[in-house]
Amino acid sequence: MKRRDFLKVTPAASLAFMINGLPISTYAQHPLLEMLAKQTAETGRVLILIQLNGGNDGLNMVIPIDQYSALSNARSNILIPQSSVLPLTGTADTGLHPAMSGIQSLFNDGWVNIAQSVSYPNPNFSHFRATDIWFSGSDSNQYIDSGWLGRYLDNKYPNFPTGYPNTTMPDPLAIQIGSGVSTVLQGSNVSLGMAISNINSFYDIINNYVDPAPPTPAGHELTFIRYIAQQTETYNKVIKDAASKANNISTLYPTGNTLADQLKIVARLIAGGLKTPIYVVSMGGFDTHSAQVDTTDHTIGAHATLLKKLSDAVYAFFDDAKKLEISSRVAAMTFSEFGRRIISNASEGTDHGSAAPVMVFSSQVNPGILGTNPVIPTNATANDNIKMQFDYRTIYSAVLADWFQLPQADVDNILMNPYTPQPIFRHPVDIENTSEHGNEEVLKQNFPNPFINSTSFGFNSDGGIVSIELFDAQGRRVRTITNEQYSKGYHEITIERGSLSAGIYFCKMVNGKNKSTRQMTVIN
Amino acid sequence: MGKVNRRTFLEEVAASKDAKTIPLAEDAVYQQYVNKSRPKGLNKTTGTLNQYTGPWTETEAIHLLRRTTFGARYANVQTLTAPGTSMSQAVDMLLNISTTAPTPPLNNYQAVVPDPTIPLGQTWVNAPYDSNTVGQRYYSFKSWWLGLMLNQDLSILEKMVFFWHNHFATEVLTVGDARKSYKLNAMFRANALGNFKTLVKNVTIDSSMLVYLNGYLNTSTAPDENYGRELQELFCIGKGFTPIYNEDDVKAAAKVLTGWRINGTTLNGYFDSTKHVTTNKLFSSYYGNTVIAGKTGANGATELDDMLNMIFNQQDCALHICRKLYRFFVYYDIDSTVEANIIAPLASLLIGNGYNIKPVLSALLKSEHFYDLNSEGCFIRTPLDFLVGTFRTFEIDIPTSLPVDKTYTIWNYIRSLGANLALDLGDPPNVAGWPSYYQEPDYYETWINSNTLPRRMQYMDMLINSGFTAGTGTTIKIDPIKYAKLCPNVADPNILVDWSIDILLGIGLAQGTKDSIKTGTLLSGQSSDYYWTQAWTNSISNPTTTNINIVKTRLNSMLVEITRLAEYHLC
Repeated sequence: MKRRDFLKVTPAASLAFMINGLPISTYAQHPLLEMLAKQTAETGRVLILIQLNGGNDGLNMVIPIDQYSALSNARSNILIPQSSVLPLTGTADTGLHPAMSGIQSLFNDGWVNIAQSVSYPNPNFSHFRATDIWFSGSDSNQYIDSGWLGRYLDNKYPNFPTGYPNTTMPDPLAIQIGSGVSTVLQGSNVSLGMAISNINSFYDIINNYVDPAPPTPAGHELTFIRYIAQQTETYNKVIKDAASKANNISTLYPTGNTLADQLKIVARLIAGGLKTPIYVVSMGGFDTHSAQVDTTDHTIGAHATLLKKLSDAVYAFFDDAKKLEISSRVAAMTFSEFGRRIISNASEGTDHGSAAPVMVFSSQVNPGILGTNPVIPTNATANDNIKMQFDYRTIYSAVLADWFQLPQADVDNILMNPYTPQPIFRHPVDIENTSEHGNEEVLKQNFPNPFINSTSFGFNSDGGIVSIELFDAQGRRVRTITNEQYSKGYHEITIERGSLSAGIYFCKMVNGKNKSTRQMTVIN
Repeated sequence: MGKVNRRTFLEEVAASKDAKTIPLAEDAVYQQYVNKSRPKGLNKTTGTLNQYTGPWTETEAIHLLRRTTFGARYANVQTLTAPGTSMSQAVDMLLNISTTAPTPPLNNYQAVVPDPTIPLGQTWVNAPYDSNTVGQRYYSFKSWWLGLMLNQDLSILEKMVFFWHNHFATEVLTVGDARKSYKLNAMFRANALGNFKTLVKNVTIDSSMLVYLNGYLNTSTAPDENYGRELQELFCIGKGFTPIYNEDDVKAAAKVLTGWRINGTTLNGYFDSTKHVTTNKLFSSYYGNTVIAGKTGANGATELDDMLNMIFNQQDCALHICRKLYRFFVYYDIDSTVEANIIAPLASLLIGNGYNIKPVLSALLKSEHFYDLNSEGCFIRTPLDFLVGTFRTFEIDIPTSLPVDKTYTIWNYIRSLGANLALDLGDPPNVAGWPSYYQEPDYYETWINSNTLPRRMQYMDMLINSGFTAGTGTTIKIDPIKYAKLCPNVADPNILVDWSIDILLGIGLAQGTKDSIKTGTLLSGQSSDYYWTQAWTNSISNPTTTNINIVKTRLNSMLVEITRLAEYHLC
C-alpha cells in the first residue's frame, strides 16, 4: 500500500499511523495538519545507521554509576574515574564517557534514547558472525542471507530494480558510504543499496572528476571507462543534483573525523531533497583488546578517541540538521556487533562480550534511558557477561513500526517473528486528542487563542499530581508547564510565550485517570 | 511483494531487453568522452620486435594469456611460469594448436522443434537442410562455438578463430544455413595459424561467403561487385582514407570472380564456366597494370589464383593483415613509431614466410614491444573477453553431466548476454566486422557506453550473487570459495586482495585502495587481518554452513567491489 493511500483509510486502522509523531486522527479536517501529512508523505523519514565496527565497550560508554564498586573490581585498569563521568539529566545513576560531551548535550536536550543491554539469546562472540546476525536480524543459530533493512526496502519498493528509478522513487533506496556492500541492505533478490565507496568518490561525482590515471595507453582507456562509469551509474545524477541544492551549514563539524565526513554527505543529500530513506555509515577501531585507555589517564586513549569522534560527529550532524531544517525527519541509530567483557584484561583492554547499549538520536525519541543499568557481579570473572535486557530486534521493530510507520504485520514479516517495539520513539497515545478519551472539561481551551505574548487556561484537578506539557506540531516536547500537586477543583495557569516560535502547539494534561489535550496557536 | 525466486528474478532482469538501447551516435555520454582523434601524448613503448629478455613472471604470463586466450586462468599462468619454462617456450605452447577438429555442433533442439533426420545429441552439420529447424540450428551453432571458447585449452586457437571471423565477417542469420557457417568456422580452425593466402582463397569460394556477399549470383551478364570490392577493401589491401586501388580494380576483380556457385549437397563452392566472363581483366597502375588473361572452360577457375597472386604481390596486403593483428593483440593506435618498428618488419616477415601467419604472431608475442609495461592493460575487453574471460578466470562450473540440450541452453544464454553487450557471436554488424577493430578514432572504446557498461555491472552482480539457470534447473554462478582456493595463500587477506587484483584487473591499484577493499570487504571493517585468517581457517577445518557462509559473504563482497572497478574492463 502506498503511503498516500494509507492516509485515506478509516480512523480505526489509522491509529497506528502517525505523522511526525502525531496520530492521524488528530489531523482530521485541519488544513495545516493535512499539509503536514502531505509533506511527510512526500519527503518521508530517514534512518541513519551508524555501525561501530569491532565491538564497542558499552560499559565505558554508558556508565552505570551505581555499580562503581563492582566495576572497580572488574576493570580497575581501564575504569573511568567516577568524577569524570558526564552526568545526564533525569538520572543520577547513569552517565556518559567524558569524551562524549556532544551526545551529553543532545541527551539533555531530549534528543537521545539509550536502550541498555541490547543483544540476543546465545550471543555470538565472532566479529563476522555477530555482524552478520545484526545485519540480517537472525537468531544466533540461524543463517539468513538478506538484511533487515533490505527486507524493509523490499516491502516498500517491490520488484526493485525493475522499473526503478521512477517518478515516485527517483532516488537510491539506500546509500552506503564506505567500501563493501553491506549485507544489511541485501534484499531477497538484490542489494537495495547504492555504495559510495569513499568520501572522495562522492565529491568526484558532484565535480565530474575521476581519479587521474597514468599517461599511458592503459591509463587513457581507464580514464575513458571511469567517465562512462561515473556518468552511467543510475543514481549519480540525482546525487549530484541533490548536492547542488544544499550545503552543510553547521560550523561544528570536526576535521579529520571520518564519521563526520560521512554524515556531512548524508546531511547534504537529505537537505538536497533525496527521498532515500536509509543511509549506512560506519567507523571502525572498536576492537579494543589492548591499550583501550591511557595507562595514566583513563579518560583518554584509543576508546576515548573513538567515542569523541562518534560524539562530535553526531552532535555536529544534528546541529546541521536543525539548521538545514531536516531534523524533524531524521533518526540515527548506533549499533556494534557486540559489547565487550565486563572484566578487563591485563593489557588495558577488553575482550569480546555480549550486550551493549544502542543509542537512537532524533527529535522524536522518548528522551531518556530504556531499561536499567547492567548489574555487575561483585567478583566478576572472564565468564561474566552483561545480561540482555532487550532483544535487538525489538529495537528494529520500533524503527520499522514507530519511525517508518509500517503496519505491525509487515514489521513482523520483515523481522520474521513478532517483536514488540520498544518505546524508543514517541508513541501516539502520548499526545492523543481529548475528544475520544478524556473529559473536555478537564482542560479548557486557552484564551486568547491564537496568542502573541501570553495566554491562560483553566483545568479541573481530581487532586494529586497534574502534569501539563506543551508539544510542537512535530510532537516534540517543548516545555513542561507544570508537574505538581493540585488540590481537587478548578485552577488557572498563565503561560508566557518565551522562545516559542509561531505555529501550532498541543497542550497535554494528565491527572490520575484524566487525560486531555488542547491545541493552541502562537502568532507573531 | 510476492516471493520471486531470486535467481529467476535476476535472470529476467539480466536478459530483459526492456532497457532501451541508445544508438551510439545518440549516446551523449559516450560521445562526450570517446576519442575525438587518435590519443595523443601518451607514453607508448618504442620497443621493437627484438625478443623480450626481461623477467618472466606471472605478470607477463597473465598479460600473454589475456591477449591470446579469453581471460587468464590461473592454472594456465602456473603452467606458463613453471620452473624452467621461458617466455619463448610459453608462447610456443600457445601457438601449438590442436589439429583435431572438435565435436561438431549437435541437435540440442529436438524437444522444441523435432529434426526429421537427426536425433537429439547427434550432429546436424551433414544432415539435409530443413526449413523447420533452420532457426534452431543457428543457435545450436552459435552456442556450440561459445562453448568451445569456454572450454578452450592452453592455446591461441579460439582467439584466432574469432580473429578470422571478425576479419572475414559473415552473419549466420544472413547466410541462412548454419551448416554453411559451420563449414567456414571449421576452415578457420584448420587454418587458424596457417597461410593467409590460403585463407583468402578458401573464404572466396566458401559457400557462406558466396551467399553473404552475393558471389553465387555473380554472373557474366551483369557482374556483382560486392565481393570483388571487399576482397580488396577489407580482406587484403585495406582502404585507408584514399583507396590506393580504384573502381576499375573492383570491376575487374568482380569479373574474375564470375561463375562461382554453391553445390547444394556438398555445400562447397564450385566453378560454373558458363557464368564466367572470359575476356581479359585489366587492373590499374596500383597493380602494375596487370592483365589477368581471360580463360575459358574449367580453367576459368584459375583466374582467381592469378588475381590472388597479383594482390599478394602488394606489400600493402601484408601490411594490412599485420595491422589487423596488431589491433587485435596489442593496441589500436598505430602511430609512425609502431608502423616503423612493428608493422613494417612484421609485414616483411610475413612475406618472407610466404604469408604464413604463425611466424609473424610468434615474433609479435615474443617481442620486447609486446611485454613493455606500456603495452599492458590497454585492451578494452570485448564482450567475449569479459564474459568468457569471467567464466574462465573464476572457473565457473557448467556441469559436464548435463544433457546436451541443457548445456547448449546455458551456452546460448551466455551468448545472449554477449549480444546485449553488442557482440553477438556469429553475427557481426556487417562485413567489416566489429567497429572496435576498425572504427577510427573510437576503436575499443565502442564497447563501453551507456548501454553496455551498466549491463556489464549487472551481469557481474548476477554471476556473483544469484547466478542463472536459463531454465535448466542448474544454477550457474561464481563459487567464491572455489575461486579463492586458486589463490596461493588465501588465508592472508593482503595476498588474496593482491592476487585477485593481479588476475582480475587490467591495471593494478594503489596500496590505499587495496587496503580499503580488504578492510571494507574481507575484514568487515575490522582492523586486524587475523579475523579473516581465522574465518577462512574455520571454514576449512570446520566447514559448517555458518562458517562457510561467513567467508562466502565476504568474498562476494570483495568480488563485487573489484569487478565494479573500471579496471575490470581492461586487459
